[in-house]
Amino acid sequence: MASRVDNLYFFLLALAGFFSVLIAGLIIYYAIKYHRRSPDQIGAQIHGGMALEIGWTVIPLLITMVIFVWGASVYYAMARPPDETLNVYVVGKQWMWKFQHLDGQREINELHVPVGRAVKLITTSEDVIHDFFVPAFRIKADVVPGRYINIWFHATKPGRYRLFCAEYCGTRHSGMIGEVIAMEPSEYQAWLSGGVSEGSLASAGEKLFQDLACNTCHRPDAQGRGPVLDGLFGKTVQLQSGETVTVDEAYVRESILHPTAQVTAGFQPIMPTFQGLVTEEQLLELVEYVKSLAARAETPAARPTTGGPAPGEATPVKR
Amino acid sequence: MLPEAAHHPHVPGLAHHFDNLEQQAEATTLGMWVFLVTEVLFFGGLFLVYTVYRTWYPEAFAAASHSLDITLGTINTAVLITSSLTMALAVHAAQLGQRKLLMLFLVATMALGLVFLGIKSVEYYQKFVEHHVPGPSFHFEEPQYAVHAQIFFSLYFLMTGLHALHMIIGFGIMTFMLWWAWRGTITAEYYSPIEIAGLYWHFVDIVWIFLFPLLYLLGRHAH
Amino acid sequence: MPSSTVLIPPHHYLNDGYGIKSWLLTRDHKRIALLYLASVTFFFFVGGAMAVLIRLDLATPAGDLVTDETYNKLFTMHGVMMVFFFLIPAIPSVLGNFLVPIMIGAKDLAFPKLNLFSWYIFVTGGLFTLYALITGGVDTGWTFYTPFSTVSSTTNVIPTALGIFITGFSSILTGLNFIVTIHRMRAPGMTWFRMPLFLWSTYATSLINVLGTPVIAITVLLVAFERVFHFGFFDPRLGGDPVLFQHMFWFYSHPAVYIMVLPAMGVISELVAAGCRKPVFGYPFVAFASLAIAVLGFLVWGHHMFVAGESVYSAMIFSILSFLVAIPSAVKVFNWTATMYKGAVSWDTAMLYAYGFIGLFTIGGLTGLFLAAIGLDVHVTDTYFIIAHFHYIMVGGTIMGYLGGLHYWWPKISGRLYNEALAKLSAGIIFIGFNLTFFPQFVVGYLGMPRRYHAYPPDFQVLNVLSSAGASILGVGYLLPMFYLMWSLRYGRLAGSNPWGAVGLEWTTTSPPPTENFTQTPIVTWEAYDYRAPAEGHVA
Repeated sequence: MASRVDNLYFFLLALAGFFSVLIAGLIIYYAIKYHRRSPDQIGAQIHGGMALEIGWTVIPLLITMVIFVWGASVYYAMARPPDETLNVYVVGKQWMWKFQHLDGQREINELHVPVGRAVKLITTSEDVIHDFFVPAFRIKADVVPGRYINIWFHATKPGRYRLFCAEYCGTRHSGMIGEVIAMEPSEYQAWLSGGVSEGSLASAGEKLFQDLACNTCHRPDAQGRGPVLDGLFGKTVQLQSGETVTVDEAYVRESILHPTAQVTAGFQPIMPTFQGLVTEEQLLELVEYVKSLAARAETPAARPTTGGPAPGEATPVKR
Repeated sequence: MLPEAAHHPHVPGLAHHFDNLEQQAEATTLGMWVFLVTEVLFFGGLFLVYTVYRTWYPEAFAAASHSLDITLGTINTAVLITSSLTMALAVHAAQLGQRKLLMLFLVATMALGLVFLGIKSVEYYQKFVEHHVPGPSFHFEEPQYAVHAQIFFSLYFLMTGLHALHMIIGFGIMTFMLWWAWRGTITAEYYSPIEIAGLYWHFVDIVWIFLFPLLYLLGRHAH
Repeated sequence: MPSSTVLIPPHHYLNDGYGIKSWLLTRDHKRIALLYLASVTFFFFVGGAMAVLIRLDLATPAGDLVTDETYNKLFTMHGVMMVFFFLIPAIPSVLGNFLVPIMIGAKDLAFPKLNLFSWYIFVTGGLFTLYALITGGVDTGWTFYTPFSTVSSTTNVIPTALGIFITGFSSILTGLNFIVTIHRMRAPGMTWFRMPLFLWSTYATSLINVLGTPVIAITVLLVAFERVFHFGFFDPRLGGDPVLFQHMFWFYSHPAVYIMVLPAMGVISELVAAGCRKPVFGYPFVAFASLAIAVLGFLVWGHHMFVAGESVYSAMIFSILSFLVAIPSAVKVFNWTATMYKGAVSWDTAMLYAYGFIGLFTIGGLTGLFLAAIGLDVHVTDTYFIIAHFHYIMVGGTIMGYLGGLHYWWPKISGRLYNEALAKLSAGIIFIGFNLTFFPQFVVGYLGMPRRYHAYPPDFQVLNVLSSAGASILGVGYLLPMFYLMWSLRYGRLAGSNPWGAVGLEWTTTSPPPTENFTQTPIVTWEAYDYRAPAEGHVA
């Protein structure tokens, strides 16, 4: 991936070099060759030439379209992670990077990854906009509060690669740096098992799910008032408004923080918000837990046949 | 004093850098139109923010809009439209050189504008009492919509506030026009200031005509 | 071309009234231009002082000259001062104000009192921002990204935002004035296509000023309100979207860069025509290119947000449009170069600045292609590559155009000639200093040095030292014109109405011009840049 970026860069360098030298050369050449020889001399009163105008409009247009297609195709590849990725959650905060491996490993400012595998980073910010930038991998993406943004890479050589924050974020912006440490797969395994594991993200999320009493509504029996989450992650659901949405990390996060914004069809907007009650890390744990439920159920999410009475709603839901 | 100046008899109302009244009128009118375009872009930023958040949170916006007083809003709309009528009549009177009628219609326009602002103040007070003013004392009856309803009310106050500010500036302009009319500066030959003031006032009216449905009429159709 | 026998008229705009009131209450567009000249020069040196401190600090990797907080305030103020108080107003409000009425054969702009009012607004806004600077500074970057600027920063965001808000009206009203003037006050015979190209650029710039500035006005106002009232438009915790700010900000700030460069391009058209004594090659194409840049410039703002989280498809559209907006600029560069073919090419200072502009703008513009290619932009955005790109255009382009124009029209403005040798020397110092400052930044940016970094990894030091060395040379280059131009006011040779032997209405009137610009309203019967016939009376 990085070499594709560099190839485009070198092509553009050559192109830019050519045109710069051409224009600079012509200017210097004309300035000397046609240097004014007497105070009264005037230039040849040429007004223009259609052929030239069309030529130097169309040719740059064609060249730029070539560059566009090339740049766009590189970008498209960057924007589409492969289906199989090793996922790591990244939380940017003033002024450090927090990494959460799925099995519970936490890192600050250093990210260990294996070479030879596509790694997808699911990023968000706790406060202001940051930017995850690893020059060696030619990757960069803003890390925005309130959203998850994905960025992926595939390290081919082991080594330590500089990580910078590339969106100004306050006083210690230039101190918000770190390293991505790519290791041979065997060493990576050793590193994984070496650390003190606090349990996987998903298991932490399961505990939180019970502590916060989510399971009192999100249950398959008649007392359930919310959608059952088994097997839900990754599916498309229909919302009250008629639109459909894919249940991805962003949707789960939104549902926890702003539950009335995108309510699943057939349910009341009665879920309370957990904004301010959960940290970004806890959100990641809950997201991972819901993801882990996707594998669990064979049957799709069941809807309760009677909706519970909802405060403020005049008509009961009929089905 | 340049030679040319001696050839120009003083034309009342003509600024020295213009050749004639016609050029001056065309220039000042074009100037007002360009200025109004800038105002469209200025309000446009707020309309953009409104559009984004209404698209994302339609139910919260509908609930918040429902809490506005539609009777007062409708009365205000009628008042403002009528004031545009009186303004147009003022311009007509000016074109015909009818000084007294011009002054009458200018005063009527200002009076209607004052009624509008008065009703607006009543509405603002109502919102204050209902704790719908964004800030620490904000409280919305349907808690699941509270966060996004606060965005609605922020936009409500900002947009109507900016509009009200433009109306107050309009009063200033009208006052000037009234004074000029009283002094006899406005004649059947020189009435472009009234036309230009009229353009401004009509613009303020049109902004309200967009604000009213967007702010007051959401979610009012039968369920 | 012999210059006029009347070297200096007894009555002209500079001696038409003495004393401070005659200046502060003037309605003469020429005096207002000089009021702007004084103010923008002041703000330029304030912004320049910030730049000196920044480059001094960056000469060492550890960032030990100033603290983190101070550094952040320095680059913010450098950006705010330079963008809003120098680059945007300089050419339109100084050269534009002075020249627009004269070039179209009018006595003044359409709204002289509004013109003076615009200057007062400008100065008021500038004072607000200076107040913010003196009482502690602001550290958000000139881009004010939310939620940092609305929630997190503890500095003087509100006075700075208000200062920019107020100053915006100066741009809007000046643009309005120019548009109406060009439409309604052209002298008899001065058709659109007989106008000098500087007026086409000024017109296009004014369109952008009038359409774009109100959007930044409401945007910074929203930032100020959000800081005070916590409305939540840009705060995700209150249901808002921080990226919405970026859309609104860049919707103005991208066209703003065309406000900065289009007037300079207009100056270059004049310099090239006069410096080669022939019409600009492809006049209609250059004229329409200005309009095309203004229109297309409004459609590309998303290229500042390729990594900000916008969708793949939006990114593609903005990329293609960004390539399109490069084409009219390229067309202009080719036309200027073609104008030099078989010209009677002068090597005067003004022409040197024009050559410098064409070369450096070409480099800056070509690096823009690197950025429009999304796949490459991902790597270089938010690094020193971007900083180098925009400085090539703003400094290598706009400032060189400004200085070139200032030198070219200085005899008309002041009635005096400056010391040509010193002027050429300064131009050379500026050119060398500029390239030494900014070329290394392309390299260090591609290597990965992010922007707005106070301290950086030691292996970037060599390139940073080169850049800082260049900056000191550039600073000297900028100071020199202050001295010899001021010196010329008193001791310079009298210029006469047309020291360069150029064609244009401004060269048919005296240097300095009378307050009413012309003794008689000109009647225009010749095409722009018609150097063939001095006998037709349009060359002195």
